[in-house]
Amino acid sequence: MIRLENLTKTFDTPNGTVVAADKVNMEVPSGEICILLGPSGCGKTTALKMINRLIPPSSGKIFINGEDTSGLNDIELRRKIGYVIQQIGLFPNMTIEENICVVPRLLGWDLKRARARAAELLALVGLEPRLFLKRYPKELSGGQQQRVGVIRALAADPPVMLMDEPFGAIDPINREIIQDEFLKMQATLKKTIMFVSHDIDEAVKMGDKIAIFRAGKIEQYDAPDRILAHPVNAFVADFVGADRTLKRLRLITAEEVADPDAPVIARHGRAADAAAMLRNSDHRFLVVIDADHRPVGYVTAEEAEGSSGLVGDLAHPLPATVPVRADLRAVVSEMFAHDTLWLTLVDDGGRFAGVVTQPAVTRCLGETYARANAA
Amino acid sequence: MRKSFNLMGAVLPLGLFALGAWAGTSGLIGQIGTYWEDIVYLTQQHMVLVGASGGAAILVGIPVGIWLSRPSMERHAETVMQVFNIGTTIPTLAVIALSMTILGIGFAPAFFGLFVASLLPIVRNTYAGLLAVPAHLKEAALGMGMTRGQILWRVELPNALYVMFSGVRTALAINVGTTPLAFLIGGGGLGELIFTGIDLMDTSMLLAGAIPTAMLAVLVDFLTGQGQLRLIPRGVNPLRV
Repeated sequence: MIRLENLTKTFDTPNGTVVAADKVNMEVPSGEICILLGPSGCGKTTALKMINRLIPPSSGKIFINGEDTSGLNDIELRRKIGYVIQQIGLFPNMTIEENICVVPRLLGWDLKRARARAAELLALVGLEPRLFLKRYPKELSGGQQQRVGVIRALAADPPVMLMDEPFGAIDPINREIIQDEFLKMQATLKKTIMFVSHDIDEAVKMGDKIAIFRAGKIEQYDAPDRILAHPVNAFVADFVGADRTLKRLRLITAEEVADPDAPVIARHGRAADAAAMLRNSDHRFLVVIDADHRPVGYVTAEEAEGSSGLVGDLAHPLPATVPVRADLRAVVSEMFAHDTLWLTLVDDGGRFAGVVTQPAVTRCLGETYARANAA
Repeated sequence: MRKSFNLMGAVLPLGLFALGAWAGTSGLIGQIGTYWEDIVYLTQQHMVLVGASGGAAILVGIPVGIWLSRPSMERHAETVMQVFNIGTTIPTLAVIALSMTILGIGFAPAFFGLFVASLLPIVRNTYAGLLAVPAHLKEAALGMGMTRGQILWRVELPNALYVMFSGVRTALAINVGTTPLAFLIGGGGLGELIFTGIDLMDTSMLLAGAIPTAMLAVLVDFLTGQGQLRLIPRGVNPLRV
């Protein structure tokens, strides 16, 4: 847990005093990622760097896991906090192994333990230790360097990590991949993370909470969906963008809006049975599945009605299927691409897992607004 | 580049061979040989001068360069560097002459003059090399909890080493090239054969001084070059891929 209490930073300049952070109060619960978001010069980086005292606070308190950090000296404090910067900052004179071992060695670990840790962490991010331990940073690609930058911060297993635009310098494709990898790692490591970003999409993707900064103050500190759905003022609304409701699509998985009880029928079932099933429900179509429960097509109520024979002969091919874990943005994108109002979901094994419809998506997104209006 | 190299490779041995043949037939080699004892003695003296003044310049220049690069010196460093820069515009012969007026004649003024002449490239390159270490490396090191001393030793110096080494290489080249002048203020060295040879118009005596001086210069540059190649870690050495 990280708690900031009235954290303030003022700079004296020839043109008077500048307030870079103004009585910042916030708490990041253990195991969560909090994104500090805002335009440049809003004080988000200042707030972050006050936590490891790269910028000494003018006033206010910082607690890590309930402990007031003002009791620790700078060096002790920093060794307990993982720190990742945008420029990565791997030391070019050291091998990858030496780079990862820096903080463990500073903390007095013996060489063997530190090296074992380096190998373990490299394997964790999918870099073969035998190939990479003895290489120098310049022999790695940008994406590989960034991964090493992150695991170097994790080396001594600090409970808290500070990340200053850690994925800002990577191309968009690799950024997505590394973000996904990082989230997967975080799911098991459960670090408490403060993360500076200026990219709303990254914030929505990575954050459990988002704090929006303006002129040294927090404008809103909330879960991503709350920030997008209910911005507290015009500044936040403007910052998150006019398409903020569309951005919410990324926060919801297909599974959450799917109708798992959508009716299905086996390929060798009779059309008459299909018609009967549809007559007794409010569904307008049936998904046809094969013996392994895989969706292979669909039949509509109109076609099934009055038809004899097997549904397998009547079935239309499905335009597309989406995995259950896909976010709604991907689902809606598929719907638009195939000009359809519904799509079939499949689980990891390719088996039928429900149907997601466009009205269900819009209803899900709209619920929170309706609740807010009623209240 | 490659082509000119091949040309050099062809012309150089041929030229050397012609020179050797001429020197042999004219009896020059035999005449130079008569100075053998002088050559050995003076080369030793020469090397002591180079080693002592160059070594002292390294031992003083690097700490001064480090000190100038510290953030606390930020305001004064450029002024100090300007003073050093003016120092280099003074020809080394003048430096040696000036040092004689203060310290008299003998080893001491020669040592001091050579020391001053080789100090500047070392200080300047140490200072510039340390300032060129990217700020984000220092920030990463600080954020990871290194002390100022650890940042200097583990991050700043290793990353500035290549530039610093270039400064040492330049300084030693200047030093070896200037050392023959030490003879003029009674410092000894191979200059004794060269200058006396010039005065007496005795080619063999002149060459007995000039050839070892040239060989020494090539040797010192070769050794520092090898040092630069081999001593600097692969990750920060542009000579090693």
